[in-house]
Amino acid sequence: MNTPLFEYGFLSHNAGLIAALVIGLGFGFFLERGGLGNATKLAGQFYLKDLTVLKVLFTAILTAMLGLYWLGRFGVVDLTRVYQLPTFVLPQLAGGLIFGVGFVMGGLCPGTSCVSMSSGRMDGLALVGGMLFGVLVFNEIFPVVSIFYNSTAIGEVTIPQLIGVPHGLAVFAIVIAALGSFVLAERLERSPR
Amino acid sequence: MKSAELSHGAERRTVSRAPSRAPTQPYMNPYLAGVGIGSVLLLAFVVMGRGLGASGGFSVAVAAGMSAIAPEHAANSSPYAGYLVDGAAQPLRDWIVIELIGVMLGGFISAVAAGRFRRAIDRGPRATDRSRLIYAFSGGAVMGLGAKFARGCTSGQALTGGAMLSLGSWLFIIAAFAAGYAAAPLFRKQWT
Repeated sequence: MNTPLFEYGFLSHNAGLIAALVIGLGFGFFLERGGLGNATKLAGQFYLKDLTVLKVLFTAILTAMLGLYWLGRFGVVDLTRVYQLPTFVLPQLAGGLIFGVGFVMGGLCPGTSCVSMSSGRMDGLALVGGMLFGVLVFNEIFPVVSIFYNSTAIGEVTIPQLIGVPHGLAVFAIVIAALGSFVLAERLERSPR
Repeated sequence: MKSAELSHGAERRTVSRAPSRAPTQPYMNPYLAGVGIGSVLLLAFVVMGRGLGASGGFSVAVAAGMSAIAPEHAANSSPYAGYLVDGAAQPLRDWIVIELIGVMLGGFISAVAAGRFRRAIDRGPRATDRSRLIYAFSGGAVMGLGAKFARGCTSGQALTGGAMLSLGSWLFIIAAFAAGYAAAPLFRKQWT
């Protein structure tokens, strides 16, 4: 029970920053390897032509979710010291809806736009500029939207907590659902259009 | 018969493509790339006790920019001021910026190694370069707004919170995909 390393004070501030660089390098590398620096490939997700986004996203979620679950069970990671995101029901639903429209409009998400830009793509650069502008707009309208932004705060709620099932059962259900979505994705990609 | 025709068509397209300077590798199997990203995310959990992020880095950049142009406005407005605290007191602010620089470097290294680095605009066959850039900027702006309301994007919410079974993150995932599919017909000309 002595990880996360940083939380247990095994890493200095500078060592943490080196870890950040290494982790970012790996993230960007695999995003580009998987083709997620390419906007036409990402947008294909929304026209059911190329389901790479779904496959990469859900495989990554499964890998990290299962790894964290088992490392927690074996006592390697102290799960209480891993930062759990708080839930704000309505702002996160509304934010997701807005984000989804921007995603199909721009064809890249914030992380993949950085990869697109750094692999030479001008559309990636334009999207990075747009993101900065969108964040600026939010910051300027913040006094008007702050009540909504902070509304429906229900704390660090997880899906198993919400429906009252053991953590492991929720993990298992998500694995089954993801595997089902992979089968469906392969069929959709192969079906003639 | 049908599949033979298809593969023949694919072959012809490959031959007629203009020769590129460096041989371009095909993309990695998506499931393998997913395992790679998931392993990096797991490493972040184990080493740092938190996951990946992208939109947070944009928030820091905007706050730093505003602080340079209008320091008083930035100091008195909470969405900026929250990102302007001292790095020693709030190490995770520096962490997300360095991580995002790492993302750019990692993407660059992979693209160069695979012969995919080139100055270009990725767009649908019916889109123009100009329309693509306008939609990319606009889409980015819309996503910037959405990511702020959701307190994260595909990295910080969907990937990280998804793996941690956070309720809000899964609400974000479902809402984002639902809206993407619902809005897709509006942008069909851009992509197909």
